[in-house]
Amino acid sequence: MADIETHEYDVLVIGAGGAGLRAAVEASALGARTGLVCKSLLGKAHTVMAEGGIAAAMGNVYSEDNWQVHFRDTMRGGKMLNNWRMAQIHAQEAPDRVKELEEWGALFDRTPDGRILQRDFGGHRYARLAHVGDRTGLEMIRTLQQHAVHRGIEVHQECTVNRLLKDGDRISGALGYWRESGRMVLFRAKAVVIATGGLGKVYSITSNSWEGTGDGHSLAMQAGADMIDMEFVQFHPTGMVWPPSVRGLLVTEGVRGDGGTLKNTSGERFMFNYIPPMFAAETADTEAEADRWYDDKVNARRTPDLLPRDEVARAINSEVKAGRGTAHGGVFLDIASRRSADYIKRRLPSMYHQFMQLAGVDITKEPMEIGPTAHYAMGGVRVDAETAASTVPGLYAAGEVAGGMHGSNRLGGNSLSDLVVFGRRAGESAAKYALGLTGQPSVDQGAIAERSASILKPFEGGQENPYTLHRELQECMHVNVGIIRTDSEMRQALVKIAELKDRLSRVQVEGHIQYNTGWHLALDMEHMLCVSEAITMAAIERKESRGGHTRDDFPSTSGEFSQVNVVVRLRGSAVSVAQEPLPVMPDELKKLFEE
Amino acid sequence: MPKAHLKVWRGDDSGQYVEYDVEYEEGMVVLDVVHRLQATQAGDLAIRWNCKAGKCGSCSAEINGKPKLQCMTRMGTFIDGETITIAPLKTFPIIRDLVTDVSWNYRVAETMPELKLSGPDASGHRRMQQIDIDREQEFRKCIECYICQDVCHVIRDHPENQGNFAGPRFFVQLANVAMHPLDQNPKSATVAHGFGLDYCNITKCCTDVCPEGIHITDNAIIPLKERRVDEYYDPIRAIGRKLFGKK
Amino acid sequence: MAQATDIQRRYGKTQRVDRWWIEPALFGGGLLAFVIYSTVSALILGNSWHFEAGPYLSPFFEPLIKPGWVPEWISPAVFILWAPLGFRTTCYYYRRTYYRSFFMSPPGCAVTEPAKSYSGESKFPFILQNAHRLFLYVALVFIPILWYGALKAFWLDGEGLGVGVGSLILTANAFLLMMYTLSCHSLRHLIGGGLDCFSCSNYTRTRRKAWDILSLANEHHKGWAWASLISVGLADLYVHLVANGVLTDLNTWSNF
Repeated sequence: MADIETHEYDVLVIGAGGAGLRAAVEASALGARTGLVCKSLLGKAHTVMAEGGIAAAMGNVYSEDNWQVHFRDTMRGGKMLNNWRMAQIHAQEAPDRVKELEEWGALFDRTPDGRILQRDFGGHRYARLAHVGDRTGLEMIRTLQQHAVHRGIEVHQECTVNRLLKDGDRISGALGYWRESGRMVLFRAKAVVIATGGLGKVYSITSNSWEGTGDGHSLAMQAGADMIDMEFVQFHPTGMVWPPSVRGLLVTEGVRGDGGTLKNTSGERFMFNYIPPMFAAETADTEAEADRWYDDKVNARRTPDLLPRDEVARAINSEVKAGRGTAHGGVFLDIASRRSADYIKRRLPSMYHQFMQLAGVDITKEPMEIGPTAHYAMGGVRVDAETAASTVPGLYAAGEVAGGMHGSNRLGGNSLSDLVVFGRRAGESAAKYALGLTGQPSVDQGAIAERSASILKPFEGGQENPYTLHRELQECMHVNVGIIRTDSEMRQALVKIAELKDRLSRVQVEGHIQYNTGWHLALDMEHMLCVSEAITMAAIERKESRGGHTRDDFPSTSGEFSQVNVVVRLRGSAVSVAQEPLPVMPDELKKLFEE
Repeated sequence: MPKAHLKVWRGDDSGQYVEYDVEYEEGMVVLDVVHRLQATQAGDLAIRWNCKAGKCGSCSAEINGKPKLQCMTRMGTFIDGETITIAPLKTFPIIRDLVTDVSWNYRVAETMPELKLSGPDASGHRRMQQIDIDREQEFRKCIECYICQDVCHVIRDHPENQGNFAGPRFFVQLANVAMHPLDQNPKSATVAHGFGLDYCNITKCCTDVCPEGIHITDNAIIPLKERRVDEYYDPIRAIGRKLFGKK
Repeated sequence: MAQATDIQRRYGKTQRVDRWWIEPALFGGGLLAFVIYSTVSALILGNSWHFEAGPYLSPFFEPLIKPGWVPEWISPAVFILWAPLGFRTTCYYYRRTYYRSFFMSPPGCAVTEPAKSYSGESKFPFILQNAHRLFLYVALVFIPILWYGALKAFWLDGEGLGVGVGSLILTANAFLLMMYTLSCHSLRHLIGGGLDCFSCSNYTRTRRKAWDILSLANEHHKGWAWASLISVGLADLYVHLVANGVLTDLNTWSNF
């Protein structure tokens, strides 16, 4: 097709959040012609929503901290299902990546001796999160964005990739459309890095923006890549619950790190009733000890308010179900009774404004009302730990869209470090792979022509409203494949997903193709249905409860499932699942868990 | 359920206002109402939004003539039955409905000086004291909503100045570079001058509308102007330089 | 193609529904009233309207400079008023106010301005605003002079120490004028804002503390500007009224 706008690159990066920007910077630094595509404007990616900080064992606040402790925390937080090598690389390289951000302009809060200050967060043994108040993600994306802009990387904003293209087995490019004009655009590329983030938009209560529609997960599956751990969806324990319009909006874990405690409606600090055996040894079991911990981390054990997110989310869910929740279906998060107004405003300025402006609540005086919100997909593209390469030659993945790093549950603060550690590795290996190829792989003109035509089908007539389909999917997933799951409900979800797929083929959008958000949603629905099916199939397969996957019908962990990843593949239009053994951790690392 | 009476710009440069009645609930923000409008009556309405929490700066629009973030404007701030006019950012060319072409800002961003930091000390750390960076941290709160660029009369009313005036957002960025304790760029205030600093007549609309509450005028633009005064317009410093050589 | 006309064509001059014009009208009116009053009182009436009463001297004339070679019709205020006039005219706060009120550049935020072209402070005459630093130095000299005038108001020749309403007014006025000067953006910059490293020495740490204090004062520069403008006008009026026998000053002295 001669008339389609075409760009040619060595490396095409899809997604301009933390991972995508870091990948593009690295690929470009290695001399690869690099293009970057993003659905929104540059600098608006969901990374800006990350608040608390970036986890890196720099030992600036507690010199006892090192990569081994961080590695151990990460693995235990993930209930040992993590790809051990990814967790190791992550813990080892995160401090360098943080210092690199500083070199590029990020201004983290400081310790008294001028080093980067680190804060406490759930599941981390020591204060470890480098941060800027409660807007660390914004700092990171702005730093990377400004750095990338000066590297001369070509950025294609408001452009949505709809299909990956292959030349035989290997990647040869991507096909997308400009949101502004609705016209198609072809990116020919020797290597593609997917850094598209998450899929929270398949749930009705979510902290994710409209972009979190699982595009990258779906594109990779369609290109034939293996997916792992798709059943693990993290529900962040603290999302806003009122007013309805902000339901799901994130309340940073930093609130608890800085002294906030969870209480039910009778004022009880209920987290003391939910300490799992795995964390009992290092968690305070009395309020007095927990209170001491804020000032004395050596002699007191940490408060259970800072248990890993899956534990806290389940605890809140149970309290609300037992009738000890608020009228709006949440519990209280109270920082006002421990900290001064000045301290709160200085440490948590955007939380203060968020509650003041959106809920009319002054968090320096009153407790916040919070409840779980769909936040993060642990699962994603199965990648090689060293190179971030997927199972498809030329296809790389980094950030939330990649699986394995976080196991069954991610610790707070580990996502920002994940983005830069594996973003850099993905960019590096994609560039090396691309520069090693001779000639540009060919693209299938027939497939492009077919897709360019079928993408316009929603204008041709039908009766389904894309917004209605989306709402029905969100409700279905939230109820049936949400925090607590059972086999029968999930099978109902599969039936509903099949029904929605059928109805999507008769979707109708009004207007024309220029900046038509209804049309964009109709096209994103295909991805959302694909990932919903993958999540549900994987969740049915894992007959145990672990991390971000809790089964009412299999309430405890199982030894058998502790040894396997659930792998999801798409072949043709059929989704298959398989259990495959975890990579085996070497003995010297195993020793870290023996104490 | 109360109903909001909306007047929304539809179409491109030659478009017009279309009026809608949309139901809303207590606690909603303008963006929620626009979303509901989109889901029920105007499926192809073009808007930008991402985080819906005042953190990404995507949903900027002019609401009743004032540039604001739609996600941070609560419905409770309007009088019952008041017509709520929602227009795109007027300074930038319209693409469609509430979406404008803000690419000029990205072109200016490419021309900004890059930070060049001195190296780490022997222990591998770049030491900076909190008191040396808290000023710049205020500047780095910027979410690039471009509301300040939209309201700034230098380019709003005189688009011909777009070639030699960077706008408030970028003076904030220039102030960040100028005041960074470790930055090795030449500290000359002429840098900001080259971006049209003296076109600003400090009428402070940028500060008035900033959703992040950055004191753009008082803490970024005026200090940059004062740094230029240090170099060119301060008689005592000039005498000092003559007598004691370069300070 | 001028886009300003595009905006007007599409949306009109402004779509603001609040009463945005109140602020520029009010502040512009206030400034105008002061300019007219001070011109009449200090320059036009000058020597023909007494400005000294007992220990009190109108602040428009402080310090009194009256060399013999100056003809009677020239007011001694001309030797004084250029300084505050220059300081206030180039003040960042007043610039904001009169650009909005008098030059309508812009009349209000998101309100179309009438001018066809615009070069801000990059060309004559507005490039002269850079003289604010010079006027700041002069204004700093005036702080002790005004305090001297205020203290003098507590001492009546022949009777010695005492206090009257006028002394209190002149003291309050000296304080407000001092605060207006101390809260100046330019001074805030000189004292510490021009530094890139506050932590580098004890000297710079001290300057940071001073900067913090001046920054607090500077946040209310607008308030100090208006308070001192009103106080200096009132002090002048009060002294004139006493000096010309319209009012009697309440005081502790027996013979004034």
